[in-house]
Amino acid sequence: MTQFLEVVLRGLGSGSIYALLALGFVIIYKSTGVISFAQPAMMLTGATITSYVGPALGVMLFTGFSFFVSVAVAALLTAVLALVIERGAIRPMVGRPAFVVAIITIGIDIVVRVVTSGFIGLGARNIPNPWGLERVELAGLRVQERHLVSLATLALVVAVLFWFYRYTRHGLAMRAAAFDQEAALTQGVSVGSVFALSWAMAGALAAVAGSLLAISAGVDRQIWIVALVALPAIILGGLDSLEGAVVGGLAVGVVEALVGTYQRDYAPWLGDNFAVVSPYVLMLLVLLAKPYGIFGTPEVRRV
Amino acid sequence: MLSARNLEVVYDDVVLALRGVSIDVPEDGIVALLGSNGAGKTTLLRALTGLLDIHQGEVAKGRVTLDDQPIHRMSPERVVRHGVRQVLEGRRVFVELNVEENLKVGAHTARSRMADNLERVYALFPVLGDRRAATAGYLSGGEQQMLAIGRAMMSEPRYLLLDEPTLGLAPKMVENIRDVVLEINKGGTAVLLVEQNATMALSIAHHGYVMETGRVVLDKPAAALLNDDDVREFYLGLHPGEDGRKSFRDTKHYRRKKRWSA
Ligand SMILES: Nc1ncnc2c1ncn2[C@@H]1O[C@H](COP(=O)(O)OP(=O)(O)OP(=O)(O)O)[C@@H](O)[C@H]1O
Ligand SMILES: [Mg+2]
Repeated sequence: MTQFLEVVLRGLGSGSIYALLALGFVIIYKSTGVISFAQPAMMLTGATITSYVGPALGVMLFTGFSFFVSVAVAALLTAVLALVIERGAIRPMVGRPAFVVAIITIGIDIVVRVVTSGFIGLGARNIPNPWGLERVELAGLRVQERHLVSLATLALVVAVLFWFYRYTRHGLAMRAAAFDQEAALTQGVSVGSVFALSWAMAGALAAVAGSLLAISAGVDRQIWIVALVALPAIILGGLDSLEGAVVGGLAVGVVEALVGTYQRDYAPWLGDNFAVVSPYVLMLLVLLAKPYGIFGTPEVRRV
Repeated sequence: MLSARNLEVVYDDVVLALRGVSIDVPEDGIVALLGSNGAGKTTLLRALTGLLDIHQGEVAKGRVTLDDQPIHRMSPERVVRHGVRQVLEGRRVFVELNVEENLKVGAHTARSRMADNLERVYALFPVLGDRRAATAGYLSGGEQQMLAIGRAMMSEPRYLLLDEPTLGLAPKMVENIRDVVLEINKGGTAVLLVEQNATMALSIAHHGYVMETGRVVLDKPAAALLNDDDVREFYLGLHPGEDGRKSFRDTKHYRRKKRWSA
């Protein structure tokens, strides 16, 4: 039982990272009707920026604090990069079919990753932090600190997003534009700023996710692949649902951890790497029961 | 003064929806805009508020001016900031937001005066005040129409353009909307009222226009339109000399037909 709970906790930790990435996908999808496949590049770039900013701060400050400062700086810079991309490459495409825009984001993803990889080099770049692979004991469970850091970060992000969408001028405008663009325009909402803001927010979230991911093993050229695990998470949560992104991300993390731990003992015939495909299996199972995902709305809207 | 001059509007580069329309909405007036389905009333409103773009439409000739400044190339949000607001046909409230959130979105360009304006709108529509935390999608059709109008009033517009606000509403509610339009106008907002319910519109308007296939075919003071034989026949369902009871049934019938075709 203890082991089981420890595995679940570990799954929630990595699930938090998926959830942050999934939130980015959903935020862009809700406002623009497009899935941005540039999110992996945003994540890679954000983590890389953190790996440069962290050491610059690290010596002077208590390291946990300097980690968060460097992540905040990276989130901000990645948001700016996302803004530039949206303005330069996506905005001119407004009105084109969603799949055309989605393919453009794939191109952007590749370009940005190639450029960023040049700043990473062949090995892994370390991100200074006090946790690494350290464990703590929590109510009798031994768990790596980094998983708790990820979970706490996700909780903070969810709280901020809740406040943002419920109470702020731009948050309300984004919700309005997601329901009915023309009606939002007649309220004086600039749909262009809504698009830009959603790209910036998604970029910042991807940067945070990438940095959390890099706590243990640093940043290498391959970590962007993790962002793809957020895809089954958003599908099973419901493409247009923020709650769905969080629940989907956490569920994928937990299932992956459970399968990774127990499948070898209980179902060895599934092969060695079944944990890797388990998010997709979970997605298929959920879609069989709920075709629009757990929280998704049936009528899918487009730009 | 909000004006259109010789306005030609083309959709998709081929469909000519307006063929040289001119209208004037004076600073403090109520202007009625009548016309059958497809006459181009909604298109005219779109041209006035910058919404043609998202419908693949554009002003091909002529212009729209606000106090003699051209505004037909402005984005919708700038038009709103200049004090011209449109309430779309079919209410279009944000169904998943609650009543107050809808109003707050309406205040997007006027956040500093939001508290005062909320008070004002709740005074104008007490039923919205009672239901401020209710999800907008659960309001009745009439309440949603009030919410749509209230939402537009959240930025204290100088010109309010209403696209068929009484469509599909019960007579009691139609009366209600009529009173509200009068009250809004008394508060200093000019109103351009697009209506199928010509009786109601002409009973409160100062001036009226009738459109047909992209043209203005009648342009008269409202009282004169009420007495115009063509208007009586086509828009009030009256044949010259007939009494009012029959006409009422006919307009209702006409309205219902309109609802099906929409
Ligand atoms: N987005 C569009 N693309 C192409 N043609 C359009 C578009 N919108 C309207 N039209 C055409 O323009 C003409 C005028 O339409 P419009 O909606 O302005 O009429 P209306 O007077 O508002 O009619 P209704 O009473 O039915 O609302 C119609 O022939 C219509 O088919
Ligand atoms: Mg219309």
